[in-house]
Amino acid sequence: MSDLNKLTIAEARDLLRAGDVTSVALTEACLAAIEGAGKLNAFVHHTPDIALERSKAADARIEAGDAPAMCGIPVGIKDLFCTVGVPSQAASRILEGFKPEYESTVSAQLRDSGAVMLGKLNMDEFAMGSSNESSVYGNAVNPWKDGARELTPGGSSGGSAAAVAADLCLAATGTDTGGSIRQPAAFTGTVGIKPTYGRCSRWGIVAFASSLDQAGPMTKTVRDAAIMLEAMCGHDPKDSTSADLPVPDFESMLTGDIRGQKIGIPREYRMDGMNAEIVALWDKGAEMLRDAGAEIVDISLPHTKYALPAYYVIAPAEASSNLARYDGVRYGHRAKLGPGDGITQLYEKTRAEGFGPEVQRRVMIGTYVLSAGFYDAYYNRARKVRTLIKRDFEQAFAAGIDAILTPATPSSAFGLGEMAEADPVQMYLNDVFTVTVNLAGLPGISVPAGLDAKGLPLGLQLIGRPWEEGALLRTAHVLESATGFVSKPSKWW
Amino acid sequence: MSEIDLDTARKVAHLARIAVPDENLPALAQELSQMLTFMEQLNEVDVEGVEPMTSVTPMRLKRRLDGVTDGDMQAKILSNAPDAREGFFAVPKVVE
Repeated sequence: MSDLNKLTIAEARDLLRAGDVTSVALTEACLAAIEGAGKLNAFVHHTPDIALERSKAADARIEAGDAPAMCGIPVGIKDLFCTVGVPSQAASRILEGFKPEYESTVSAQLRDSGAVMLGKLNMDEFAMGSSNESSVYGNAVNPWKDGARELTPGGSSGGSAAAVAADLCLAATGTDTGGSIRQPAAFTGTVGIKPTYGRCSRWGIVAFASSLDQAGPMTKTVRDAAIMLEAMCGHDPKDSTSADLPVPDFESMLTGDIRGQKIGIPREYRMDGMNAEIVALWDKGAEMLRDAGAEIVDISLPHTKYALPAYYVIAPAEASSNLARYDGVRYGHRAKLGPGDGITQLYEKTRAEGFGPEVQRRVMIGTYVLSAGFYDAYYNRARKVRTLIKRDFEQAFAAGIDAILTPATPSSAFGLGEMAEADPVQMYLNDVFTVTVNLAGLPGISVPAGLDAKGLPLGLQLIGRPWEEGALLRTAHVLESATGFVSKPSKWW
Repeated sequence: MSEIDLDTARKVAHLARIAVPDENLPALAQELSQMLTFMEQLNEVDVEGVEPMTSVTPMRLKRRLDGVTDGDMQAKILSNAPDAREGFFAVPKVVE
């Protein structure tokens, strides 16, 4: 069988269980695809030995009849996840050479369910960015192209999105603090879900902004997202914010029936000067859900406008605190010191050399908003606005709304290097439709919904009620079926 | 419009323990000013009587026994240190 790397998780699982394919064969197909895709710069640490060993073990397990859904499925792991004995450096120079002695809970759960790790995936440094251009490994490249123009796969989970879209793996892990799963999914024609805050354990994932960070799967289909999410989530005593709730069988909830569901269309997301193609796609998505029996309701989320500025206070504040641990003492890079340099110079030189410009900027702005005299004016005010943003959603859900439909991004993928001259705030605008979901702790999914005039994928976002990922996936599955999106990038790499 | 001056930029860099050469301070001050100006939109919001969010999902922190659950792994803990000697992390002289 050819092109095994192009299978979905569901297809591969069924073939594996029927004995029609082996995990070793699937894994070898993916390793060959990775080998041939150096130009995409998606995989930055390759682990073929681990992959082959785990695929053999998976085959034995399947043969013994003990095979969870993810058993034998080759996946990529974002570089933000600590993986034992394998470089895990959050795409930062400051973690150069760091090989964790432990495994993150999420990657351990995938491993224990039999999933096969192919290697580590490119990303923005410390997950701070929307274009994968802040990576110490250099940027990943979108397999979708606009003529000769090379495009960003989005960020921060850009390597994950590029790898899934280019069929280098069947699926990948991502993380999402302000849109880092959903924006790259939208830019690459793939599916990405950020679950409710607390669904996935954060233990062993390099922290960016702890009150916003969540891991999630990046896949080729909604069904695959349901299968992989189930393997990733669950209570973990090592993360005190992880929810002690049963994990449902998400896949069984993809019934195709959304009759009577109320889908909210928030008027504040219809912004001045919005891309007309995005507006048309959004309207079309609403129409499709209506045709499937849902009721479309106009709603208001009045504090939407303030989500980005609140996010850019809270996330850097938490980052400045989380990243204080990179001091050149316990792990990673340490600067060479001059004569007479003491401990302060050790910290200051190490951090200046180890952090890239965007990370430095965010650590410093976070330091500023937390500093004496500004804490109330910026940080506390932002946390109050966050309360109001969450309240907007609570009121919509209390009024009977089941899910909310919005665009995933303000545009299709932009060209690499095109934002270099823009001020940092311009790049932040990429998160305008996604960041509210993190602030409110809700589940959100990006589903590919069509191509723009340039032939590039566009995504729609569905936002669900807390802990109701199953219902959210069901609606996303209906939307996916209705749009019939099957386009793939043509291979140039 | 917020204006961060060079002294404030220098102070923030020091608080963040990031060495910023003097010639880079004007650009840093300008970037910080741009970001703060963006954040100041928050001043338009009426937050009177609103509690600052402490937890995005209503939850009580779990309790557990205050007991030792793990340990005795000195070599593992030091394995990634840039400079470890005799079972310790080594740093430049801290006290004169």
